[in-house]
Amino acid sequence: MIAVINYNAGNIRSVLYALERIGVEHILTSDHDVIRSAEKVIFPGVGAAASTMAHLNATGLTMLIRNLEQPVFGICVGMQLLCSHSEEGDVPCIGVFPEKVKRFRPNNGDKVPHMGWNNIRLTPENDWVSDAVNEQYCYYVHSYYVEPGPHTVATTEYCGITYAAMLRKDNFYAAQFHPEKSALVGERILRDFLAAQ
Amino acid sequence: MLAKRIIPCLDIKDGRTVKGVNFVNLRDAGDPVELGAKYSLAGADELVFLDITATHERRKTLADLARDIARHLNIPFTIGGGIRELADVDALLNAGADKVSINSAAVRRPALIDELAYGFGNQFVVVAIDAKEKDGEWYVYLNGGRVQTEHKLFDWAHEAQERGAGEILFTSMDHDGTKAGFANAALAALSERLSIPIIASGGAGNKEHFAEVFTTGKADAGLAASIFHFGEVGIGELKSYLAQEGIPVRPV
Repeated sequence: MIAVINYNAGNIRSVLYALERIGVEHILTSDHDVIRSAEKVIFPGVGAAASTMAHLNATGLTMLIRNLEQPVFGICVGMQLLCSHSEEGDVPCIGVFPEKVKRFRPNNGDKVPHMGWNNIRLTPENDWVSDAVNEQYCYYVHSYYVEPGPHTVATTEYCGITYAAMLRKDNFYAAQFHPEKSALVGERILRDFLAAQ
Repeated sequence: MLAKRIIPCLDIKDGRTVKGVNFVNLRDAGDPVELGAKYSLAGADELVFLDITATHERRKTLADLARDIARHLNIPFTIGGGIRELADVDALLNAGADKVSINSAAVRRPALIDELAYGFGNQFVVVAIDAKEKDGEWYVYLNGGRVQTEHKLFDWAHEAQERGAGEILFTSMDHDGTKAGFANAALAALSERLSIPIIASGGAGNKEHFAEVFTTGKADAGLAASIFHFGEVGIGELKSYLAQEGIPVRPV
């Protein structure tokens, strides 16, 4: 069973539909025991870092997520919240990844939010997704980005910056783009996560 | 590199697509989900569904439609048409819509943009603007172009951005339906004044028009309806052409 964490973030529905299309059993839940005992956990989200962190702290989900031992996949804001700090509301985050979250500045005609399809480039550290997705396009919607670091398994370029498109550290996986909205490429990446041990 | 987006637009009435649709291999050209899936496979980057239902049942029909689309499509979509209040949007987002488009209601009560942006995030809010040029000035029109307002396009678009719009969908009523190309000068001016993405609408007639709207018009996305519905331009061939012209697109 895949647990999708339910918290005060928007557009969780599309992740559930993607799992439905792939045909895996899943449950949307905020129940600590259900999350802890799930085979895998997906931590999705669209929302503002400060208000979502306040909610995660108040409900004990921050500690719970940090200590999960099964494969966990953070998507979009979920990825940013797994980092150590976000410039959005200047707030400390869950801290699984030491990386920091910063805001894009419009640059040379590049607008903010970064919205649309952009290509991902796998790094030599990639031990997660199939090489077939290298240079493929994924769907992004975000105004904040994660600086690249030792856990970066894929990068994307925008606003003159090369930033982390995907992270992996032990049992924690994360993507800045929306695999559930990235056509067949996104489905491949979701499947590669679901195949993780 | 961020790709320029190609967006087919589907008009919906009572849960069915309207306007002529001439797609081969469709069992039912009126089914918006089936048509959307067809466009998705053909390489569309995003879809826009605009509801023109006039009945009070609209809210429920639209939410049901959003749920159906979200369930079957693996690309993002915007849904809009007659959205007036927060509750309309709440139902759509819970159904799985990625973005909502608001038009007349935002002009009548601009604070709606602030409320939606605050409640759901800027990326959910597409402000659609219909405008027409008169004596060298672009004026905003309401109710599908029937009512002229005092608002000037550039001022209103800028206000929408400041209030929290994530994107502007600009339709030139002077160009809409002409198939003679987009309003590139106005689009470029808009794009230079704003820091959020601009979706160009109105005037697409051939592949070259899309190349122009992305270069001269500086648009981030190009939207069209009939040329896609009638198969006059295939999305695959359009994208190959744009790639040859050096315009970044997501390959099909």
